[in-house]
Amino acid sequence: MSNAYEPVIGLEVHAQLRTSTKIFCRCSTRFGGAPNTQICPVCLGLPGALPRMNEEALVMAIRAGVSLHCTVNRRSRFSRKHYFYPDLPKGYQITQYQEPVCSDGHLDVPGADGGARRVRIVRAHLEEDAGKNTHGGGATGTSEVDLNRAGVPLLEIVSAPEITSAAEAAEYLRQLRAVLLFAGVNDGNLEDGSFRCDANVSVRKRGSQTLGTRVEIKNVNSFRFVQRALEWEIAQQIATLMAGGTLKQVTKTWDDVAARCHVLRSKEGSDDYRYFDDPDLGPLCIEAPLFERATASLKPGPAARRQRYVDALGVTAADARVLTEHPLLADYFEALVARSGDAKRAANWLANIVKPDVKFEGLGARFPVEVEALAGLFARLDDGSLSQKLAKDVYALMRETQRSADAILVEKGWRVVTDVAALEAACDAVIAAHPRQAAEFRAGKKGLIGFFVGQVMKATGGQADPKAVDGLLRARLDPASA
Amino acid sequence: MNLTALPVSTLREGLRQRRWCVREIVDAQLAEIARVEPSVKAFLHLAEASLRDAAGALDARLERPHAIDALPLAGAVVAVKDAFCTRAMPTTCGSKMLEGYRAPYDATAVERLEAAGALLVGKTNMDEFAMGSSTEHSAYFATRNPYDLTRTPGGSSGGSAAAVAARMAPVALGSDTGGSVRQPAALTGVVGFKPGYGRISRYGLVAFASSLDVVAPFARTVDDVHSVYIALAGRDGRDPTAVEAPVEGGALVAAPLRGLRVGVPREYLGPGVEAAVGDAVAASLALMRAAGAEVIDLSMPHTALAGPCYYVLAPAEASSNLARFDGVRYGLRAPARELLGMYGATRDAGFGDEVKRRILIGTFVLSAGYVDAYYAQAQRARALIADDFVRAFARCDVLVTPTSPTTAFALGARHHDPVAMYQADLCTLPASLAGVPAISLPVGLDGAGLPVGLQLIGPRLGERRLLEIAAAVESLHRQLPPPTL
Ligand SMILES: [Zn+2]
Repeated sequence: MSNAYEPVIGLEVHAQLRTSTKIFCRCSTRFGGAPNTQICPVCLGLPGALPRMNEEALVMAIRAGVSLHCTVNRRSRFSRKHYFYPDLPKGYQITQYQEPVCSDGHLDVPGADGGARRVRIVRAHLEEDAGKNTHGGGATGTSEVDLNRAGVPLLEIVSAPEITSAAEAAEYLRQLRAVLLFAGVNDGNLEDGSFRCDANVSVRKRGSQTLGTRVEIKNVNSFRFVQRALEWEIAQQIATLMAGGTLKQVTKTWDDVAARCHVLRSKEGSDDYRYFDDPDLGPLCIEAPLFERATASLKPGPAARRQRYVDALGVTAADARVLTEHPLLADYFEALVARSGDAKRAANWLANIVKPDVKFEGLGARFPVEVEALAGLFARLDDGSLSQKLAKDVYALMRETQRSADAILVEKGWRVVTDVAALEAACDAVIAAHPRQAAEFRAGKKGLIGFFVGQVMKATGGQADPKAVDGLLRARLDPASA
Repeated sequence: MNLTALPVSTLREGLRQRRWCVREIVDAQLAEIARVEPSVKAFLHLAEASLRDAAGALDARLERPHAIDALPLAGAVVAVKDAFCTRAMPTTCGSKMLEGYRAPYDATAVERLEAAGALLVGKTNMDEFAMGSSTEHSAYFATRNPYDLTRTPGGSSGGSAAAVAARMAPVALGSDTGGSVRQPAALTGVVGFKPGYGRISRYGLVAFASSLDVVAPFARTVDDVHSVYIALAGRDGRDPTAVEAPVEGGALVAAPLRGLRVGVPREYLGPGVEAAVGDAVAASLALMRAAGAEVIDLSMPHTALAGPCYYVLAPAEASSNLARFDGVRYGLRAPARELLGMYGATRDAGFGDEVKRRILIGTFVLSAGYVDAYYAQAQRARALIADDFVRAFARCDVLVTPTSPTTAFALGARHHDPVAMYQADLCTLPASLAGVPAISLPVGLDGAGLPVGLQLIGPRLGERRLLEIAAAVESLHRQLPPPTL
């Protein structure tokens, strides 16, 4: 990539708020129902039907806004955005235009260097989702519309155009997803479309303050694809400009198989949505009691927890990042630390050994073993009756059988040999069996200690504590220094 | 005893005393409908069979002692404007777009009517999607004025007004956006009451202009519109714009006119007002003065803005509300090769000229580059008009104006002249824009035997007081002779 140009990226995320009913009616928001089974006169846009605000959606918007450090506006408004499409039952979408419920927030995006960059969030506003069109079904080439999704509440979160790389864009999205998960308002599921991202990207001469011609990349359904799509598009734009070409304002989509973006439609001559305040819905007011109720149960978000894990608990930055990808993982970690101390060990185990076995499902998660059980395993490590090496095998059995560490140790006879006399005998036997290596060690080849430890471990079937063995061997081989 | 001439309160009292039963009322009404409907053409749909069934069921219910106490509209046969959703009958809004459309739910107003013991006789004709002042813009046929079959009953709720005037029903439901109940009430010699905005739930009323639409009853007496109003008004969880303020119930007693301050805004009595209308208003004011009222000449300086303001805001909201009629889910669908073609062909075939005109105006005034000059400016004008009312009600208890500057005009006279048609609303628009209650009372006939209406306007949430005053003014006038049909 030429260093003479820099990309400018802005992201728009449509996050589905996990309410049980739709934003303006009482229909279920359940995903995957048979087409057009979760509809009523309101979300079907029948003549005479009127919307009525679902307070649960507002509560979730408040939680998201606070979590994103936004100003939560005590008074906001719904507007109508007009366009014709079969998945839009009223011919307009109810959204927020000039007065969004949340504005002026920010998200701290961790960088590769361990620091963080603050990306401003311009606004987060409530709106209703559209239905779903399916084209060309059957031999007749008809199109079908499923309106189960029509009226599902969305929070559209708009970043300032100040993200400076494709990698940073992907990281912003990961962090935003985590923040919404921690706030309990979105399930972060990209595949079923409950977390959708659109990226606006342009490039400009480094140091320039004006924005270049913008391309919008729509509906990319994985963070990895967002990064690839942006990398591709940025390279493309720079190459075009360097060759003296000009860019067109278009909307594109990412094709991962072809590893390139395709143009969806030209955006020249911007659409006129004829926004005006929805006369069916009064101003959206947030009184103090509602705000209190919405935020009372809000726990610290991923950034705050990450910082505490590193600063107060001594967890590595990398582990802390993994632990704060999902609220239940962070909760699990905190519960484990409360029971078994040693936060670094708990973090290391969770981030590297346990997490790959956790089944995350939206806001929920199924852990391979209970916190209590893992704490039981750690207790055996702490009292020295289990070695680090064996612990992983015990964990694997715990995961498979759902039995406790103690039960497995008893059954397998995997107690660590802590009988000092037995260990001393084993050490003496190994030294006696390897006189040449013992002589070399004494002559200064101290690295051979590893060989001796290995031999003792082998002799005890791996059940000795390697640290203890090390000490016993040194005392025997080199009494002076021990 | 001619049951079709009686007000609702008398019919109910007769039921209580078992002087007649609901079936007799219904039979009398249906007989009258059979006699006059062919010449008046007030109904788009008549539900004779279901009406007779409902009458039988109600009679059975009224066998139980005191059952009638819970039914303030017991035995009231009601004609309902075709803009209200009804499960049992089609709802077309006078449009080809909704020909044969059957709503899967009842409007709140319809539910409350039936809960109060009223019986639906049918759906009445209207200007398509309530856009018009003559009922000639119905996609089906024009309704005629019972007092002169060559003239219009006004509109857009002309079918409901004509049905009440022609004794086909004692009460009817209309919707008033800029005068669509008051103006036809005036032209057909009945009472039309537009409560303040939000007093009656709009849920199930097919929207024309959401910030202006008001559910409004017709009857031949103030007492009857009051009874219907009380049965319908009050908050509704399905309409967020329905006001929370409690509705004062109880029997209506005419207000004493002595000492009443009656404001007469001079802007309503301009050169466009026909002499006969001006004379009738003056005569009515003289009667009020004679009864001890104080008549105050006053100015409402922003009245002239009401027309331009209304004809920006109402089409803007209508263009949005009518976007849902796209042929995808219900109603008419014109065949076409592709999607855009289907939208265009459907809306071209489904909407009449007046509806298209207003959608075009509304789309224009909301367009980028024009929205500030038109829509936003009209919103500012609306606030000024509302202020005029606040100021006026600091000086008087009620405002008195003509309801319509003219009596009923000939069918076809203004059909091709939209601007002349828009003049018909000039006296009724300001109260709509301000959201205040207003009522039209019949106060006499002009030289041609056509009814003249008087409009009384009250302050926001002042429905009860306005109706008390209206009852007093009503008692000053002789009842109009019924139309000869
Ligand atoms: Zn619904």
